[in-house]
Amino acid sequence: MIGGLFIYNHKGEVLISRVYRDDIGRNAVDAFRVNVIHARQQVRSPVTNIARTSFFHVKRSNIWLAAVTKQNVNAAMVFEFLYKMCDVMTAYFGKISEENIKNNFVLIYELLDEILDFGYPQNSETGALKTFITQQGIKGQTKEEQSQITSQVTGQIGWRREGIKYRRNELFLDVLESVNLLMSPQGQVLSAHVSGRVVMKSYLSGMPECKFGMNDKIVIDKQGKGGASDDPGKSGKQSIAIDDCTFHQCVRLSKFDSERSISFIPPDGEYELMRYRTTKDIILPFRVIPLVREVGRTKLEVKVVIKSNFKPSLLAQKIEVRIPTPLNTSGVQVICMKGKAKYKASENAIVWKIKRMAGMKESQISAEIELLPTNDKKKWARPPISMNFEVPFAPSGLKVRYLKVFESKLNYSDHDVIKWVRYIGRSGIYETRC
Amino acid sequence: MQEFANQLCENRQFGFKMTDSKYFTTTKKGEIFELKAELNSDKKEKKKEAVKKVIASMTVGKDVSALFPDVVNCMQTDNLELKKLVYLYLMNYAKSQPDMAIMAVNTFVKDCEDPNPLIRALAVRTMGCIRVDKITEYLCEPLRKCLKDEDPYVRKTAAVCVAKLHDINAQLVEDQGFLDTLKDLISDSNPMVVANAVAALSEIAESHPNSNLLDLNPQTINKLLTALNECTEWGQIFILDCLANYTPRDDRESQSICERVTPRLSHANSAVVLSAVKVLMKFMEMLPKDLDYYGTLLKKLAPPLVTLLSAEPELQYVALRNINLIVQRRPEILKHEMKVFFVKYNDPIYVKLEKLDIMIRLASQANIAQVLAELKEYATEVDVDFVRKAVRAIGRCAIKVEQSAERCVSTLLDLIQTKVNYVVQEAIVVIKDIFRKYPNKYESVIGTLCENLDSLDEPEARAAMIWIVGEYAERIDNADELLESFLEGFHDESTQVQLQLLTAIVKLFLKKPTETQELVQQVLSLATQDSDNPDLRDRGYIYWRLLSTDPVAAKEVVLAEKPLISEETDLIEPTLLEELICHIGTLASVYHKPPSAFVEGSRGVQHKRLAGSAGSGESVESPDAGSAAGASEAPPAVIPSQGDLLGDLLNLDLTPPTTAGPPPPPSSGMQMGAMDLLGGGLDSLLGGDLGGSPAMGAGFAAPPAAMPASFSAPVSSGLDDLFDLGGGVGMPMGAYSPPKTVWLPAMKAKGLEISGTFARRAGVIQMEMTLTNKAMSVMTDFAIQFNRNSFGLAPAGPLQVLSPLSPNQSIEVTLPLNTVGPVMKMDPLNNLQVAVKNNIDVFYFSCQYPISMLFVEDGKMERQVFLATWKDIPNDNESQFQIKDCHLSSDASSSKLQGSNIFTIAKRTVEGQDMLYQSMKLTNGIWLLAELRVQTGNPNYTVCLKCRAPEVSQCVFQSYEAVLKN
Repeated sequence: MIGGLFIYNHKGEVLISRVYRDDIGRNAVDAFRVNVIHARQQVRSPVTNIARTSFFHVKRSNIWLAAVTKQNVNAAMVFEFLYKMCDVMTAYFGKISEENIKNNFVLIYELLDEILDFGYPQNSETGALKTFITQQGIKGQTKEEQSQITSQVTGQIGWRREGIKYRRNELFLDVLESVNLLMSPQGQVLSAHVSGRVVMKSYLSGMPECKFGMNDKIVIDKQGKGGASDDPGKSGKQSIAIDDCTFHQCVRLSKFDSERSISFIPPDGEYELMRYRTTKDIILPFRVIPLVREVGRTKLEVKVVIKSNFKPSLLAQKIEVRIPTPLNTSGVQVICMKGKAKYKASENAIVWKIKRMAGMKESQISAEIELLPTNDKKKWARPPISMNFEVPFAPSGLKVRYLKVFESKLNYSDHDVIKWVRYIGRSGIYETRC
Repeated sequence: MQEFANQLCENRQFGFKMTDSKYFTTTKKGEIFELKAELNSDKKEKKKEAVKKVIASMTVGKDVSALFPDVVNCMQTDNLELKKLVYLYLMNYAKSQPDMAIMAVNTFVKDCEDPNPLIRALAVRTMGCIRVDKITEYLCEPLRKCLKDEDPYVRKTAAVCVAKLHDINAQLVEDQGFLDTLKDLISDSNPMVVANAVAALSEIAESHPNSNLLDLNPQTINKLLTALNECTEWGQIFILDCLANYTPRDDRESQSICERVTPRLSHANSAVVLSAVKVLMKFMEMLPKDLDYYGTLLKKLAPPLVTLLSAEPELQYVALRNINLIVQRRPEILKHEMKVFFVKYNDPIYVKLEKLDIMIRLASQANIAQVLAELKEYATEVDVDFVRKAVRAIGRCAIKVEQSAERCVSTLLDLIQTKVNYVVQEAIVVIKDIFRKYPNKYESVIGTLCENLDSLDEPEARAAMIWIVGEYAERIDNADELLESFLEGFHDESTQVQLQLLTAIVKLFLKKPTETQELVQQVLSLATQDSDNPDLRDRGYIYWRLLSTDPVAAKEVVLAEKPLISEETDLIEPTLLEELICHIGTLASVYHKPPSAFVEGSRGVQHKRLAGSAGSGESVESPDAGSAAGASEAPPAVIPSQGDLLGDLLNLDLTPPTTAGPPPPPSSGMQMGAMDLLGGGLDSLLGGDLGGSPAMGAGFAAPPAAMPASFSAPVSSGLDDLFDLGGGVGMPMGAYSPPKTVWLPAMKAKGLEISGTFARRAGVIQMEMTLTNKAMSVMTDFAIQFNRNSFGLAPAGPLQVLSPLSPNQSIEVTLPLNTVGPVMKMDPLNNLQVAVKNNIDVFYFSCQYPISMLFVEDGKMERQVFLATWKDIPNDNESQFQIKDCHLSSDASSSKLQGSNIFTIAKRTVEGQDMLYQSMKLTNGIWLLAELRVQTGNPNYTVCLKCRAPEVSQCVFQSYEAVLKN
């Protein structure tokens, strides 16, 4: 299991050092600094073995978190734990920065003591932790409160405490998708997928039982077969094939496996209900058509057309097209029809920004790039043209069909809950080769 | 708090700006004193702030152990936060102050009875972390109570505490019966208690491979599967990892477990998913393949594996390393998912390299067009390693998918046209392999390759190019010119290139004998006479003999049809793969090494195996008995000969090795003698008694190694004149001690380079080595061992490498040797096989020592004895050698030889020729008598050697030459 956990600043100075196992010596702290943080080369692996000791590291801004072990631990678990540790810290004191860590170091030690025992990860749900790890101490708890805490920390529903009350029962569902594309210069889709998340903010009283439904092809088809289907052709079109999905630990996985229904008791506040991935019938919101022409050895002509491909009534926002330029660029002249374009020498790219663009429109940029003559034989690698945007729909076609809330003990029903649903599609890695 | 943080920052600045001594004397004393006062303050708040300051100093690495009593005094408080801080301090310093730590015991014991379960748990958790015997004794009673506590939070903490206690004192845990209590907790009503108990038991079981601690039976499995649905994500991981060790009784049970585990594949936590994959991959082995469920399961595995690739990069890396294993074991799972492994421009380099690996594994006729298009893109990227790997991948595709070979070759040619140096070199290396896979198909490209000859500067590429030229010499008009151009700098080339060049020129000669005679003579003499490398010399001699005795046979041997190379390269060896599949998700699967290769001690030594699909119900774990050195568990089946040699080296087993190299089959030229050598000759070598065994070494006209001299057979090709050059086969020997040569190149030893020599200083034989760390990580734990050898050389002490060897550092080590080790005749006689171990692996090399090192100081024989002995030794045992080009006078020679314990007993001058009679004695008591003839004006000396063990003559003669010429 995890033998120790260290946190360093960007210089490699130790901010937090907690050793759980006897086989991890103090010199391990230095070994990581010398071999990884101060290493001259780029990091070649997130797992490093130094003198029979394995170091796992992740970086958040300029803070290094490293877990150390001498055993054959579950590597995936260690990384998941490090991410979780970051989440917990963020939930307690915001951004993970040197200053915040120094200001909260007693709290961090207390957390580390609780969520990692002898190197075994323990309950690390912030909701539960916050009930008994506070900087104010826990004086004045009654016996009932104490046992409530412990049963929650160890219980089956570790993510929610009992006795939550809201005057107004309300929930927000955000369907957040990032659409990824790799397209060849000829406009052929090399790979495309959507990775989506359903994020829920719940402000519900008691211990509500929830059921979530979406236009999952498997579910819709099953219902269609069950008879009473009004229009099979229509439902077929509107359903989507989900390649795979994963759920927050509150979802009953065995039930999903057998009935494909998503039922759960949600944590209080904001959390990620599910993640999913689709690859079929993706709506690609934009198409990029590049044209690069080399005019002699010292000049490049670039023309890029972007076309929006969605309902004209919808508006895409924060559109940014990034056209890479060679390292030996000396000057760039750009003309664009819409938005603003600028050559950024430090980033070796022309950045073209458009604030808003409606569906089924088209826009164009052309640029002349002057090059310095070099004797470098190696050809310019031509990195792909990448794009960023935000659209108010789900490129996968996912639709929320319902989210039902049942709370048998308290007197509010599904109808009393105010529900909000929002769809946001963002660009993930959206690249077109040129 | 803010003020305190400032203080912390200040401390830190001090800590890093000033160096040790100043810092410790001035600032520290005052600070400690101040803290002491604050700790003893009456005000609670002040106390707490002081403890925080102490902890801050501790984190930075300052020694605040002096405050121990004052901090412990703060322990008795009802303020939980303060208590936790004090505990943190205790865990750090209790070990260094065991006597004082006892002061804390009472409070601990009291806290274990506290009405607040959080405090009870805190006390038992902390107590387990204090590794002081006296405290451990007091821990038992509270722990027993806590294991049965009414509150689940306390029980789950106590369960882990048993594992802690076991780590400190395993016997105590057994004696106190805690293991049984822990087993009971598997049936606990609370899922988290179950999960922690499982985790603790699994860890304890690892150090007791045979204990059957985790008595897994259908009932317990059922309990675990129930808890699996209810516990935290971490608990699910513990349980799944434990389940993976179970062997179901039959395929039905196997299926029912699989059915209950599959829902976990949808968990958001990647580690849960991977552990579930591990269980399924293992249990699937038991399912009959025609079962419907088997197919369903296969289909269910793909999507979650693909989903892992959208996790954070570090997890992607872990997932990709595992997918690499899964794809090798069950290629069908992901065969349609090629696209998801396409490299993204912004992927971290470690993700890119792994994806590339998997792409090649998944490449097939169906997707090859896409794959090639991708690979071509990658070959223009920035990162050199990645580009190289991409180019290599193109070559591998050509070999794997025959239909694509043509397209691959043309892609490679396009890449060669880019003239990017490393791309060209890498392309040439893979084209060589393509030639081997599809002979006589793509030779039209040779012209293009030859154009790039000058730009090749890496040994592998040069060797590949030379191979191509040699193999297709008949189609390349100027093949001789091309090869000759390489020959100019022959000695500066690496061994790989030298060997290839030698072979290529011999091939060329066999194909075009008339024009290339001179060239072949040149390379043979370079290889045999001027080289220090035994491999090269041996190969040179073999060719030489072949060419001179039977050119037809030579043709058959050298130009023989080569076996085609296999399609799949770098597959993991099957038994290792099976073991790694059992370790999916763990570090072993990330390193692609068995746990024993990187885990110390008894842990992880057990090898796991997949169960057979017939449901044989064999034990899954086959614990490997008594191998303390983890390194010796290197996968034996991968390199069998090495494994055996290793066993031999490490255990000093006295039975002769069966497969390992030491006595190679005698070469044809010395067959007769060699038989004899192994019989009687050896006895005399070992016995060293002058009077004994006179009947040895009957058929020894010429000493074995002097091969060229025996090639007097008339050969038509004018090679004869070359052979008498063969006199001075240069061993790497200098005057007293030869200059250091590289024994173990860094390439072969994961970055460890060893060069060295032997010397005899003040009567002690020494091995002088330079260890250089050319790897990226620190090397430690060096050890050395010799295989049995002719004179029983053995290290007289351990290898003294006291400090770890950091990257790019070199260290000089002198290892004194004695000659009391086990004996086995080696060939050549002075060959020594050595194993060097460090924290990374075990490495082997062999080197040759000058036999003069073994000449003892009292090797001067009495005149009378000398005369008698000389007569006594049969003339058959006499051998004669020539030393050429030596320009010393007889006296100078004599004194020079005396420095190496070769003693001149008498001198006679006959007709301007000085005859020196000399004697020397080996460490094992064998006497050698010599007559050295020096004729004034003639630079060629003659040495006559007589010895009862004539096989040493060759070595002795080499020593003569080495001593005289340096």
